Amino acid sequence: MSQDLSGCGAPAGGVTITADKASKEAVIEGHVLRGGAPVTPGYARLRGTGDEFVAELPLGDDGGFRFFAAPGDWTLVVLAPGGVRAERVVSADIGQITKVEIEV
Amino acid sequence: MSRSDVLVDADWAESHIGEPGFVIVEVDEDTSAYDKGHIPSAIKIDWKQDLQDPVRRDFVDKTGFEHLLSERGISNDDTVILYGGNNNWFAAYAYWYFKVYGHNKVVLLDGGRKKWELESRELSKDVPSRAKTNYTASEQDPALRAKRDEVVDAIGKRNLVDVRSPDEFAGRLLAPAHLPQEQAQRGGHIPTAKNVPWSKAANEDGTFKSDDDLTTLYAGEAGVDFGKDTIAYCRIGERSAHTWFVLHEILGLSNVKNYDGSWTEYGSLVGVPIELGEGK
Repeated sequence: MSQDLSGCGAPAGGVTITADKASKEAVIEGHVLRGGAPVTPGYARLRGTGDEFVAELPLGDDGGFRFFAAPGDWTLVVLAPGGVRAERVVSADIGQITKVEIEV
Repeated sequence: MSRSDVLVDADWAESHIGEPGFVIVEVDEDTSAYDKGHIPSAIKIDWKQDLQDPVRRDFVDKTGFEHLLSERGISNDDTVILYGGNNNWFAAYAYWYFKVYGHNKVVLLDGGRKKWELESRELSKDVPSRAKTNYTASEQDPALRAKRDEVVDAIGKRNLVDVRSPDEFAGRLLAPAHLPQEQAQRGGHIPTAKNVPWSKAANEDGTFKSDDDLTTLYAGEAGVDFGKDTIAYCRIGERSAHTWFVLHEILGLSNVKNYDGSWTEYGSLVGVPIELGEGK
């Protein structure tokens, strides 16, 4: 997983984070699973309150994803082969890691 | 220039796998995606390591671009089929970059890597070997690339299209939400810029919206005056390359430039105006 933050690209699963950074971020993270097994390839997309696109990343090998959002409510959308599509509404706040596990 | 000249679909790309005169190129920032599997016969270009100068913040120069394409086995006569992750951000950036250096036989795979994967099309881990070429690039085309002073001078005169998310535009976030909030010294946007997030031009599967929808989006909803010159920007110039592709290549507007210095440059400049909040 690339940790080079000079670009805008989304590494699979999202950028990893250290404890000191986590206290300053509103993190939304979790996994996408099918029958308990990781879903990959697949994509996690974050939408804002106006349904606008905010960010998207490919799921990691463990089906994982991580977003650095602003405080507030967000819609998480998951896409995977076979026409799989799932949505969840989640809340984020600074200094909190919001965990979301999605079974498709 | 129109959609059919610049965009190809997956069936078309699949039918040209391995065909002489066609080179499929995956362009990403994180090349681990390519290494885990790519379109058969595709070679890779690393958005940063291959296309950015290792010292200065700039493109590789003409000689460097010639060396890169020669080493990857791309000739001046080859049609380059670009695709990538992140809804083709980096592939669109590479497309713009190839055009800046005068390579005109280049197309973009609509939907990029995501649509290919979501359709469960074949991916390969085989890395092709291509014979070296003797590629010759043109000088950079200044009609396609905006630089800092030109952008400052364009405030209130030309269309400035900020393609970042509304939260980045308003100054609430400094970076996309999959990244830690670092980078530019200040948040906000260039005064008079219209906020048309790149994502509004794309469908959920990464393909581009129809010409009519795109025209309505920019000229109708956002109020971009198609009769004026336009500069698109984002944070580092790759999302805005996606929008440059829409305006210049799909809709065929002339006088559209990409400002690749973008917000990481503008938001750290001393003495330039910045606007916060929603667009005016």
